Amino acid sequence: MNWTLLLEQTLNGFQLGLLLFLIAAGLTLVFGIMDLINLAHGSLYMVGAYFAATFTEWTGSFYWAVLLSLPAALLVGVVVEVVALRTLYTRDHLDQVLATFGLILFFDEAVRLIWGPIGLDIPLPEALNRSIELIPGIPYHTHRLAIIVVGIGVAVLLWVLVTKTRIGMLIRAGASNRRMVSALGVNIKLLYTLVFGLGAALAALAGVMDGPLRTAEAGMGNNILILAFVVTVIGGVGSIQGALVAALLVGLIDTVGRSFLPDLLGIFGSNNFADTAGPALSSMLIYLLMAVILAIRPQGLFPPRGAQ
Amino acid sequence: MTPRSPKQIACALVLVALGLVPVIAGWLDEPFYTVLFSRMVILAIGALSLNLILGYGGMVSFGHAVYLGVGAYVVGIGTVHAIEDGVEWLGSGLVHFAIAIVGSAVLALIFGLIALRTRGVYFIMITLALAQMVYFVMVGNDRYYGDDGVALYMRSELLGLDLSDDNVLYYLNFVCLLGCLYLMHRIVRSRFGMVIRGTKSNETRMESIGFPTFRYRLTAFVISGAMAGLAGVLLANQTDFVSPAMMHWTRSGDLIIMVVLGGMGTLFGPVLGAVGFLVLEEILSGLTEHWQVIFGPLLVLLVLFARGGLDALLDQLNRFGGK
Repeated sequence: MNWTLLLEQTLNGFQLGLLLFLIAAGLTLVFGIMDLINLAHGSLYMVGAYFAATFTEWTGSFYWAVLLSLPAALLVGVVVEVVALRTLYTRDHLDQVLATFGLILFFDEAVRLIWGPIGLDIPLPEALNRSIELIPGIPYHTHRLAIIVVGIGVAVLLWVLVTKTRIGMLIRAGASNRRMVSALGVNIKLLYTLVFGLGAALAALAGVMDGPLRTAEAGMGNNILILAFVVTVIGGVGSIQGALVAALLVGLIDTVGRSFLPDLLGIFGSNNFADTAGPALSSMLIYLLMAVILAIRPQGLFPPRGAQ
Repeated sequence: MTPRSPKQIACALVLVALGLVPVIAGWLDEPFYTVLFSRMVILAIGALSLNLILGYGGMVSFGHAVYLGVGAYVVGIGTVHAIEDGVEWLGSGLVHFAIAIVGSAVLALIFGLIALRTRGVYFIMITLALAQMVYFVMVGNDRYYGDDGVALYMRSELLGLDLSDDNVLYYLNFVCLLGCLYLMHRIVRSRFGMVIRGTKSNETRMESIGFPTFRYRLTAFVISGAMAGLAGVLLANQTDFVSPAMMHWTRSGDLIIMVVLGGMGTLFGPVLGAVGFLVLEEILSGLTEHWQVIFGPLLVLLVLFARGGLDALLDQLNRFGGK
């Protein structure tokens, strides 16, 4: 066993997990509070990456791009909520799925229209584009490390926001019993827009951070959206803490599984078998995890307290 | 003969028109239309199968394209071995149909057992995720060319029919569509179909009456998957190409759009929906390369304002005809 690689892949898994958490947190909040299943959430992640690319080009600095992208994405989120999604809250899930699917088609094509069909690379500043040795002998990419730090930071901030502030109280109350919250005189419309904007900004943050590791391209949100769904389902729809645990679980299992399962199979079977079955099986791992967890707890690991 | 309503006559006319497509395309000397309508007919079968669980059963399955993909890959993998390894029976259309239908039924059984334990939004997300799992398995599968897909060097060999002729293939697709329509007609009017429709409107009630609703829903899920597998075999032959992209979740979304556009829970709606969807796509993509910028918002508007789909539009015809 290669321990250096294992440690590196564990960190990578942690990084993917925190990225997924940023996306899933918004998804699960929006569902928990507005009862809205939003397929277009992945599009906000994509928009975040594109904003980062554009602002990096304009300002010449990735840091400025991060700061500018977030309010811009928040604005996009609020506009989408007010224009299209607001009317969907009372509709059934099928309508929501269809309409937000329509939004995906729109966003993917709009992005091609505005930024062109070729993906955009986002250059990293030097400080983020080198390796440092966390433990002597084990170098790690600084940007990935930055993602981990930002992810943990956001998780802590969210925890404070949700458990210690008045808005957080309303959010939790909304996730448990929406009708009661509005009956008590809370401006639920404003709360909805706020929560959606927050979710959009978080998804965009994920896109901004992930963008430099890949390319900003149309449709990039569509695959990660499914991972975010898996996270949401495992964690329990509507639960932020569930989303965090599930995201880390999914990130670790997916990353570590991909790099070590083929070797592991090689121990038991022939190399030939490991080479062909390894990649296929390791891409199934998280879905198998989801199936097992659902078989034991159909409501996910941490269903929000008092949710109907 | 009982007198027919204008709506039934309109539906029959659509079918007759579909039956005449190769002839008309021949007159116009536009063989492209045969190919386009072939796709419509095949996707109509796919939408028809989804309609059983989505429209009649109220199960929003967001992974239906995966069963089409299974059917298509049966043809793709079969012909690869028939040509590369000389295993002739793997090129046979009957074998393709049999394996595809059984295979997609088994897959639907497994996925159904997992997904049907849950309700509502969980069900949507799980069907989505399971389908995406199969997608990634095929993307990572190098033996059958992963992401690039399998190019078919021959079409299925079926009972001496020359399927390499697009017209012959069209009529095979068309006959399959008619068969599936008839089957669906029988299913939804049977006792089984009534139970499925009953669980859609109120599952608790059906359970209280004493129906084991889980088993009924699972059976519908399996039938639906098997029928989609059949459509997949036809689709592979039509496109001469099989790739994981066929079962990407956005393709499942297209199928849902077809069902809703045509009219959920109506026998003929999915056919109208598939035709409508592809005609719309054809027209819009003729206008601009970025047709989805128009199509996406159109879809949102459709959801917000036009419940009932094209089928409800035909109902207007009935009122017009005094029925």
